[in-house]
Amino acid sequence: MKKTVLNQAHRDLKARMVPFGDWDMPVNYGSQIEEHHAVRKDAGMFDVSHMQAVDLTGDRVRDLLRYLLANDVAKLKDPGKALYSCMLNERGGVIDDLIVYYMREDWFRLVVNAGTAEKDIQWLKQHAPDYAVSVRVRNDLAMIAVQGPNAREKAIPAIEEFAGAELSAEAAVLKPFNAAGGDSWFVGRTGYTGEDGFEVLMPQEQAEAFWNALNAAGVRPCGLGARDTLRLEAGMNLYGSDMDEETLPLEAGLGWTLAFEPQDRDFVGRKALEARKAEGHLRKFTGLILEGRGVLRDHQKLYEDDTEVGEITSGGFSPTLEKAIAFARIHADAGENLRVDIRGKKLPVKRVKLPFARAGKAVNIPQ
Amino acid sequence: MSYIPSDLLFTSSHEWIRDEGDDTVTIGITDHAQELLGDLVFIELPEVGDTIESGGEAGVVESVKAASDVFSPVSGEVIEVNEDLVDSPELVNEQAYDNGWIYKIKLADPAELDGLLNAEAYTEVVEADEH
Repeated sequence: MKKTVLNQAHRDLKARMVPFGDWDMPVNYGSQIEEHHAVRKDAGMFDVSHMQAVDLTGDRVRDLLRYLLANDVAKLKDPGKALYSCMLNERGGVIDDLIVYYMREDWFRLVVNAGTAEKDIQWLKQHAPDYAVSVRVRNDLAMIAVQGPNAREKAIPAIEEFAGAELSAEAAVLKPFNAAGGDSWFVGRTGYTGEDGFEVLMPQEQAEAFWNALNAAGVRPCGLGARDTLRLEAGMNLYGSDMDEETLPLEAGLGWTLAFEPQDRDFVGRKALEARKAEGHLRKFTGLILEGRGVLRDHQKLYEDDTEVGEITSGGFSPTLEKAIAFARIHADAGENLRVDIRGKKLPVKRVKLPFARAGKAVNIPQ
Repeated sequence: MSYIPSDLLFTSSHEWIRDEGDDTVTIGITDHAQELLGDLVFIELPEVGDTIESGGEAGVVESVKAASDVFSPVSGEVIEVNEDLVDSPELVNEQAYDNGWIYKIKLADPAELDGLLNAEAYTEVVEADEH
């Protein structure tokens, strides 16, 4: 099992540790629901050091990424600006979803998922030589996400203490989806919870002291359990559940991340996506709420009348709504009146727009 | 190490059984079980009057993490269920052996209790689980 540099800190906080892919990670530190509410109402922190930062450098790095990513890094004009994108295969399936940061004209940084890091790096290294780009895997960095309405305020003094006044001052005035810092300490106003906050990259040897400083500042340690219910409420996809190499982003609610303009930009997967769009009949990606009691789970089947029309890709209990919620992929012509099969019983579910909750509140929820 | 009361009987699938002495028993899931499951959010109770076989399904507990069947450790008729759990499943997290009880059974065969684990034997099960 791989361990992050914070493994002992989690154990000292009495975390329940579980295998997450190849990693030994905290699922909670007692109560997942309390951790979830801490992020919606105050401030929580997550060890996300299993995620992988990769630095790409070279004069033609922007061209490489305009070819490899389905979103267009031409949108990134100011240093520190971040963009969410899928990286596709030739079939239009999703190799990974990631965040790309524009550092300098000859330096872009990617942060990719833990479970896909190895194949991502292989893919990047396969294509980088064509553009004379170097791939540097940042195994020397740890990453902590600090999330919640009070997260930035609580994190700024710790950032100042460890990374200096210059970076903390820049971090304090960051706009959403922008980052400051450089080769070692790096602070992005990004996250995976639907709340304000930072994701902080730092040298591994300073991670435990920084984590302890945040804890002392009243930022609650939160496990991967709360991270999952928070991102589900926020309408954010999880790689491996909601999309994978066999899924088109067009069928995973990720159409908004595809940059088909300008039309002369050739990116990997573009031809396959355009062909499938022209064919039509793409499956829809929808939010669901279970009206009665019970819990929606991954892979439960959905029915319209007695016909199976799709399945849940991510499901769970929403602490904010106090109801079961889910994402589902359903046939193009499926209607509004769906039922879910839970242990042989077919229970009505309501289709809703995503997200379910953001910035501390439920949204889009029919009464 | 989770709490294991010495006056109860147990199963290796983490149910507890209290012998009420009148051929009825109260059944729940152990403190260790609720710790493994995490916060409970939904409990499907059996119905009063149901006849359940030993080893049969008596209900389902669902946490934020997973759904888990509750297996009946004994055979008999369900005589009472804990309706408080419908609105407050967290009682199982808070008080697994008290207000978090799940159902009561009138025993079909009181001798079935002899096949259950005592606290000492169940402690070994939990210790093996934790290593």
